[in-house]
Amino acid sequence: MRQVIYIFNKEFKSYFVSPIAYIVIAVFLLVTGWFFFMAFFLYNQASLRNFFTLLPIIFSFVIPTVTMRLVSEELNIGSYEILLSMPVTFTDVVLGKFFASVGLIVAMLIPTLAYPLTVATIGELDWGPVFGGYIGAVLLGAAFSAIGLFSSTLTRNQIIAFIIGVTICFTLTLIDKMLFFLPRSLLGVIAYLGADFHFQNISKGIIDSRDTVYFVSICFIGLYGAHLVLQEKH
Amino acid sequence: MIQVESLTKYYKDLCAVDQITFDIQKGEILGLLGPNGAGKTTTLRMLTGFLKPTSGSVRVQDFTIDKDVLEIKKLLGYLPEEAPLYHDMLVYDYLNYVANIREIEKDQKLSRIRQLADLCGINEVMHQPIGELSKGYKQRVGLAHAMMNDPEILVLDEPTSGLDPNQIVEIRKIIKRIGKQKTIVLSTHILSEAEATCDRIVIINQGKIVADGSTDSLKKSVSRSNLINIVIQDADFKAVKNELATIDGVEKVTQIDQTDNHLHLRLTCQAAADLRADIYLKIKQTEWILLEFHQATQTLENIFRELTKEN
Repeated sequence: MRQVIYIFNKEFKSYFVSPIAYIVIAVFLLVTGWFFFMAFFLYNQASLRNFFTLLPIIFSFVIPTVTMRLVSEELNIGSYEILLSMPVTFTDVVLGKFFASVGLIVAMLIPTLAYPLTVATIGELDWGPVFGGYIGAVLLGAAFSAIGLFSSTLTRNQIIAFIIGVTICFTLTLIDKMLFFLPRSLLGVIAYLGADFHFQNISKGIIDSRDTVYFVSICFIGLYGAHLVLQEKH
Repeated sequence: MIQVESLTKYYKDLCAVDQITFDIQKGEILGLLGPNGAGKTTTLRMLTGFLKPTSGSVRVQDFTIDKDVLEIKKLLGYLPEEAPLYHDMLVYDYLNYVANIREIEKDQKLSRIRQLADLCGINEVMHQPIGELSKGYKQRVGLAHAMMNDPEILVLDEPTSGLDPNQIVEIRKIIKRIGKQKTIVLSTHILSEAEATCDRIVIINQGKIVADGSTDSLKKSVSRSNLINIVIQDADFKAVKNELATIDGVEKVTQIDQTDNHLHLRLTCQAAADLRADIYLKIKQTEWILLEFHQATQTLENIFRELTKEN
């Protein structure tokens, strides 16, 4: 298990050695900041509701850019062969890279704490939903990271990995908005699959085990899928 | 040390390695030789546990590759072809990362990295990104990576490809030096390299072993005929041919080259007989001037070409 930490360290550092981390974080802050404060004064409410409503859609584009290189790049330059010649298991590799991506997402969310702090100075902010929202954001980020990591194992081309990742994340985000196209018998199941549905529950400040289980299972499925693909390549 | 038994690998329907069996003794330097696409890299990849064999087994000491891959990986150091390393990492950071994964003790890490930097001659590039290094330096960093945990077995896939002649000599020296205590398996398609560094050579072609033995025994096993090259001045090819063909045991006289009035000839003789004296005496009786006269020993090149010819 110590190998997980070393792989995490290496991957997390390499985000900040290359310009990836800075670009992604800057773009994320710009987009969320713009959309949030554009409507904030119109609503005239001291809440972060609007910020958290937007988060799943923004995440489904931003997170695949973070995860697309994780395995694809290694497959492409061949360093994967060197990595596997060392005493590491597939689980070490998958978990190390997954946590590196989650780490970057946390680093990306930390500057947004400026929003609730700003809002709290100009109005009465209810901190409950804010805490819930941040916990939900980390869970959502982890789930999307697992999906992105999985799509990155599928191909040696980063662009393709990105597109697959966006497609899956975007579908999960929007699926509960498409319900009226679907037969009634499937409604319950499909609604449950929607990431946005569960995330909005948490961001109301209610941390329900059902929503937590949903995100954890998405993580598990994504990581297990990645593990299977790597094993298949072996 | 290593036992490979009827190792086979199929890529879909393509058979890359077909029923290969060989043993490697402790302290041996084994050269895996073969033309491009013969299955050298595939064999090495299965040996290091990167690829799963379709059938057959690999045993390293008491470990088998299906059950104890991790244990085997701890014993092995592997340098893949082209040394594919992380481009954006600094050499020092990379070696440090490898040392961590290889679980080198904290207090020994720095001294081990220093030692390897000296051994592989990468002191001056320690703080450069790997992506900016020349091919030769990348190869050396790869070698340092492979030797990090002082492995019992070193597997090198074309370790000298893309290096300049000085670097090749240096890397060979390093290999020889390590080979005194450790077991080394290296693949190459450069014959002189195999001849210069290896104790034993396994030649594979189209996934099968076609020869296995020391360089000397390989040379002996294949030489069916003896070649003698001579250069004669002031002579006509036809006359020479007629004259020399009368010697018992000379099978063929061919002209290789003619410059000015120098006639370059190759005589193919039966392997058993030593005809040098007869040929000399024959020429002595004539007016021709003998400029060069030497017996061509079977080189590894010839053996290799003979064994790996497409049928």
